[in-house]
Amino acid sequence: MSPENTGKESGEGKPRGADLSERMDRLSRSLDAKRQAEEVRHGSKREGDAKGIALALRLSTEFVAGILVGSGIGWLIDSGLGTSPWGLIVFLLLGFVAGVINVLRSAGLVSDPYGGGRGRND
Amino acid sequence: MANDPIHQFQISKIIPIEVGGLDLSFTNSALFMVATVAVTALFLIMGTSGRGLVPTRWQSMVEMSYEFVASTLRSSAGNEGMRFFPFVFSIFMFVLIANLLGMFPYFFTVTSHLIVTFALAMVVIGLVVIYGFAKHGAKFLGLFVPHGVPGALVPLVTLIEVISFLSRPISLSVRLFANMLAGHITLKVFTGFVVSLLASDALGIFGPITSILPLVMGVALTGLEFLVAFLQAYVFTVLTCMYLNDALHPSH
Repeated sequence: MSPENTGKESGEGKPRGADLSERMDRLSRSLDAKRQAEEVRHGSKREGDAKGIALALRLSTEFVAGILVGSGIGWLIDSGLGTSPWGLIVFLLLGFVAGVINVLRSAGLVSDPYGGGRGRND
Repeated sequence: MANDPIHQFQISKIIPIEVGGLDLSFTNSALFMVATVAVTALFLIMGTSGRGLVPTRWQSMVEMSYEFVASTLRSSAGNEGMRFFPFVFSIFMFVLIANLLGMFPYFFTVTSHLIVTFALAMVVIGLVVIYGFAKHGAKFLGLFVPHGVPGALVPLVTLIEVISFLSRPISLSVRLFANMLAGHITLKVFTGFVVSLLASDALGIFGPITSILPLVMGVALTGLEFLVAFLQAYVFTVLTCMYLNDALHPSH
C-alpha cells in the first residue's frame, strides 16, 4: 500500500502518507464493526432454516383465513337481518384488511400495526 | 381403487357404536388417535424410566423434545408461559406423532381431517379466551382495542381486530389439515404413476424406464413430507404459544 501511495503523491512526502493510512485504518475498523453488527442482527434471524420455512408456510393461510372469517360474518349478518348484499360486501372488505394485518403480523414486519404501544418480537 | 389418491382419507367404522341416535363408532381415525397417544406415552415413559445422568439415546431424544418445546414456549410467552407447558407439550407431541405415523404406508393420517385439527385449534383458542377472561376480566377485551388509534377509527379497528382474532382458529386448523392432505395426495399421485407406467403396454420398453422418474420424485416427496410433518407440528406449537402470550399479556 505504502509504495503506491508514495508513488502517487511523490511531492507530499511522509506525513501525508501516514495520515492516509491512519484514515484507511479507521475506515476499515468502522467497516468491521458495521459488518459484525450486521452479522449479529442477521444471525439471530437466521437461527434455522426450519424457522424460515415455518414462517413461509404460515403466511398464505393467515391471509385466506381473514377473508373467510370476514365474509362468513357478513353472510351471517345478511341472513339474520336480511340486508342482502351489503353485509357480505362490507365484511368481505374488512376481512381482507384483517387478512393483510394477519400476514404483516406473522411476517414480523409489523409487530404493532398502529404504532405506539410495546413492540412485540416473536 | 388402489390408485385412488383420496381413498386413504376414508373413515371406516371398526366397532360400530350408536348412543341415542349419535354415531359414536370407533373408527380408523379413532384407532390412530389412540395409537398416537400410545406411541407418545411409550416414547416418554421408556425414555424417562432410566433417568441416567448420562442419558441414553432414547432419553436424550425425550430430553431434546422437552427442551425444544420449553424453549419455544419461553421465547414467545416468557417464563410466565411455562405454566402452560403440559398443555403445549401435549399438543406438540400429539400433532407430531400423528403426522409421523401418517407417513407409514397404509396408515391413516389423523391430522388430514379438518374436524380433528379444528377441534385442536378450538381447544387452544378456548383456553386462551377462558384464561384471558379469568385472569384479566374485562381487560382481556383490550386485546381488540389497540393503543394509539385516533378516536374516530376505534370502532373500525376493533372490528378488524375481532375478525383477525376469529380467523386464528381457522388459519391454525386449515394450515395443518391442508398441508397434510395435500402432501399425502401428492405423494400418492406421484407414486401411482410408477405403477401405471410399469403396467402400461402401450409404452413398451419405455414404460419401466420412464417409471424411474416418478419414483425419484416419490422418494424426494417422502423426504419433504417428513419435513412438513415436523414443521407443521412446530408451527402449530409456535402459534399456540403466541396466542397464550396474548392471554397472559392482553395489553396490545
